[in-house]
Amino acid sequence: MSLIKCTELMIGYNMPILSQALDFSVEEGDYLTIVGENGAGKSTLMKTMLRLIPALSGNIEFGDGLSANEIGYLPQQTIVQRDFPASVREVVVSGCQGTAGFRPFYNEEEKKLAEKNIKRMGMEEYINQSYRNLSGGQQQRVLLARALCATGKLLLLDEPVAGLDPGAMKDLYELIQRLNKEGVAIIMISHDVQVAFQYAKHILHVGEDMFFGTAKEYMESEMGRRFAPGKGGEQ
Amino acid sequence: MGDMIEKLQYYLQYPFVQYALIVGVLIALCSSLLGVTLVLKRFSFIGDGLSHVAFGALAIASVLKVQNSMFVVMPITIVSAVLLLRTGQNAQVKGDAAIAMLSVSALALGYLIMNLFSTSSNLSGDVCTTLFGSTSILTLTVGEVWLCVILSVVIVIIFIVFYNKIFAVTFDESFAKAVGTNVNRYNLLIAVTIAVIIVLAMNLVGSLLISALIIFPALSAMRLFNSFKSVTIFSAVFSVVCALLGMVTAILAGTPVGSTIVAIDGAAFLVCSIIGICKGVNK
Repeated sequence: MSLIKCTELMIGYNMPILSQALDFSVEEGDYLTIVGENGAGKSTLMKTMLRLIPALSGNIEFGDGLSANEIGYLPQQTIVQRDFPASVREVVVSGCQGTAGFRPFYNEEEKKLAEKNIKRMGMEEYINQSYRNLSGGQQQRVLLARALCATGKLLLLDEPVAGLDPGAMKDLYELIQRLNKEGVAIIMISHDVQVAFQYAKHILHVGEDMFFGTAKEYMESEMGRRFAPGKGGEQ
Repeated sequence: MGDMIEKLQYYLQYPFVQYALIVGVLIALCSSLLGVTLVLKRFSFIGDGLSHVAFGALAIASVLKVQNSMFVVMPITIVSAVLLLRTGQNAQVKGDAAIAMLSVSALALGYLIMNLFSTSSNLSGDVCTTLFGSTSILTLTVGEVWLCVILSVVIVIIFIVFYNKIFAVTFDESFAKAVGTNVNRYNLLIAVTIAVIIVLAMNLVGSLLISALIIFPALSAMRLFNSFKSVTIFSAVFSVVCALLGMVTAILAGTPVGSTIVAIDGAAFLVCSIIGICKGVNK
């Protein structure tokens, strides 16, 4: 059974954004990159999988003991967060809000989990520092640590490298790769098809034409050839 | 100096002064707690908008000759708060424009109603009191003081119990939603609480100056501190200290209570900003 299986899924806000229904699945330990033009519906798809917006039709099934609340999500950064006075510890432990449920305060276990994930992201020396004073790459690491507090199985990343400089971008990709090797399944939206080839196991292309298959198949397909060369390295 | 303390002691004997101090401190505390969230959520103006709505509601209440105006003002303000926070999400008139629209219409309507139907001989005095709260804090009844105490305690408890959820919803709504937090419910809670605070605060500073009570403590704390917890705690302390100082000054110098508090808030904010720049807290 897959972690997530989408069958005949139509997405959009009231109106379908894609002309065709989506069929794809994500297995345990998988690394799926979603590529496509700007405005093609990549973020909408991710929000539908997270149940932030309802699917127009079709089905999203969660399997392998994964419940809908056990997904780690890394949204695109908002303006609000940029000058938000919060320590790294506070931000990361808020990833446990799903498991805490109606309990008003986080327990020891959740605080330990937060510390563990901060270490895992190599941010332990910043643990009491303010989130707003960190660099873009460091902020993304903190948000990754928070997402890991919500899940051990599946991360959904919405353009995690947007706005980062090339060095930080590479670091972050490698960090995500490492998490994937540690057994966390990744679903990532990316503009950067080149990177998708380098790291992803599967690729989902959304837009007028659809593609779902392994990275190798995509590269060999006509679509992959059409999109990859010109698109490579584009932000 | 001795003179001033004597004068203060003299005034403190009077129950109405004691009531004013109790209510003032409680209102300052409550308004500062949610201020951090409102400022961070870019809802600073909601206090302004809602207070004008409360002014309009008060005008209606006084025309209808309702015994306790709270029963009219509170529900109307709460409904407006809920509507305003809702429109932030999906509406044709977007957030700030909706607030501006509601705020000026309520203000205009309130004054119009007062003008048309008021039986009072001192209309401009009434309006001035409602807008700047010049004397109402000193004319509180025992019942109003108790109502204020109870509501303040409830607000503080709600804030402490939902502290982590409020943080989560303020910092990142999408993430909170994704992990199953009922974001709409907490936004509703924030809206209702802020409406209650505003209605309470009208007594203290009047409806024009309420935003100051909400915004100044949060902004000052954000100049100096880096974690959400310390910002929240400092803004509460800041707000209470400024309110006390303001009220004492107002009593001693005979200045209007509301504007004195706000003036002190503003001065303290400047001090905090300067300290913040010197320490380089917010790079």
